[in-house]
Amino acid sequence: MSLLDVRSLTVEYCGALGNRVAVDGMSFQIGKGEFIGLAGESGSGKSTVAKAVMRILQTPGFISGGEVYFEGVDILKMSSEELRELRWRDMAMVFQSALDSLNPVLSIRSQFQDMAQAKLGRPMTDSELVEVLDFVQLEPRLLDSYPHQLSGGMRQRVGIALALSLKPKLLILDEPTTALDVVVQRHILRGLIRLRKQLGFAVLFITHDLPVLLAMSDRVIVMKDGQVCDDLSPAELRHHPTHPYTRTLLDSMALLVADDSRTSGRGD
Amino acid sequence: MNALWANRKARVGLILVGSMLTMAIFGWCTLSAADASNTVGPILGPPNSDFWFGTTMEGKDVWAQTWYGAAPTIFLSICIGLGVTLLSVLFGVTAGFYGGRVDRALNVIINIFLLIPGLPLMIVLAALIQQGTSVISGPVAIALVLIFTGWPWGARVLRSQAMTLAQRPFIEAARLSGDGPFTIIFFHLLPNMASLLGTSIIGATTYAVGAQVGLEFLGFGDPGAVTWGTNLYWATQNQALLTGAWWTFLPTGLGIALFGFGLVLMSFALDEITNPSLAMRRVFRQRTQRTPDLDTVVMESQR
Repeated sequence: MSLLDVRSLTVEYCGALGNRVAVDGMSFQIGKGEFIGLAGESGSGKSTVAKAVMRILQTPGFISGGEVYFEGVDILKMSSEELRELRWRDMAMVFQSALDSLNPVLSIRSQFQDMAQAKLGRPMTDSELVEVLDFVQLEPRLLDSYPHQLSGGMRQRVGIALALSLKPKLLILDEPTTALDVVVQRHILRGLIRLRKQLGFAVLFITHDLPVLLAMSDRVIVMKDGQVCDDLSPAELRHHPTHPYTRTLLDSMALLVADDSRTSGRGD
Repeated sequence: MNALWANRKARVGLILVGSMLTMAIFGWCTLSAADASNTVGPILGPPNSDFWFGTTMEGKDVWAQTWYGAAPTIFLSICIGLGVTLLSVLFGVTAGFYGGRVDRALNVIINIFLLIPGLPLMIVLAALIQQGTSVISGPVAIALVLIFTGWPWGARVLRSQAMTLAQRPFIEAARLSGDGPFTIIFFHLLPNMASLLGTSIIGATTYAVGAQVGLEFLGFGDPGAVTWGTNLYWATQNQALLTGAWWTFLPTGLGIALFGFGLVLMSFALDEITNPSLAMRRVFRQRTQRTPDLDTVVMESQR
């Protein structure tokens, strides 16, 4: 049995001129400990899928069909109490902008304690906090600083540490590195790979950065207009893409690489 | 305008306020001061076929008083609402947009006015204006007092809004493209505050109705003038509740309540129309027959 089993999920947005289908009968599975990449252009429904799976998509968005099984239980049939239990403990999420998802007036320590109080019913001990920060290679002294005192990369790592502090089975990352420079991005992704080996959680990694996904994922799902174009291993995707859109995506990547070689060629 | 009419709250609000306005205009045009203030009927006559709304302790026609008294109350309230908002914009937006020294100076003034206890000042000023000059009389004096004391709250709200807007990149871009401060304020800042301005005009008008009627009710208006406030003042003076003469205060009271209710509805509606996410929640409710929820709403497939 796979960890997450999404079956013909349909998500719509209620608009002034009628409903707009954002995710159109999408199906995919995530196995235990698997790293799944989700790629697609802006507006293709990537983030909507992630939010719908956690049932945190807000009105005017709503789910109009399908099933989402997490360890065999349909999330779409859960009460809000059951969802509260599930979220963060079993399934956690890291958002694109860590600055927006951290409360600016709380110290890093309070952000952790706030979450721990809600989820564990007790504050975390100092050794637990140090351990969690160590996951993402942050120093314990940062616990008493505030979000605005940290760099973008540090904030994003705090976000990941927060998401991992209850050791969830599935971590959803919604463009976690899009706003960061490539060096920091690499650092964070490396950390993520190491952590996944260490803790064994599954990852749903959303980005439009195809090269990153090809390098890291067990499987890459390519989306367009709310539908799955391709759901293949990186090697298959690279060499035998079935959908024309995937080919376009790969071609534009090749173009980037070609540009690369031209500039370096000029330098020689 | 179409959006306004499509919204049920706005429609009811517009009808209420509109009918009160028509009533005021109609009363002002067809009746004279004499109709409303001369003794024409029996003392404390209940509603009958001659006097539809009955007569007062002095034998004045309540029907004429209600209709003739609507105009000063309603039109002055609207003027007060506009005046209050104008002062709020002037002080608030200037302070918020310019910041720095200008803000500090204007903010001191705003804060001083905020700290002045409103009601006692209104009463003192109303009494002073009442005695002092003959140029400014009764209702107009009260209007001036209310504008003078009513603006600082709105100024504070508009100031904070102007402050956050002034920080936005599009204002910076406007400044970079060479727009002067007036262009920026009138073409970039104020249109973005339209909903706030609208609700603040309506809110100030609602405040003005209450305060104006309240002051006159307490006897700080011109007791000789016929307005909704003085109607209530005379009703109390003549112990309407003790004598059971409900018809002397009910029509005026109802008029005030309906006008205020209409204004509040319009303000809610304006909020909904200018804030698409509020309107969207309503559309969502209608189309899906489900209440918006923090957890994503799940529907059975309709297709």
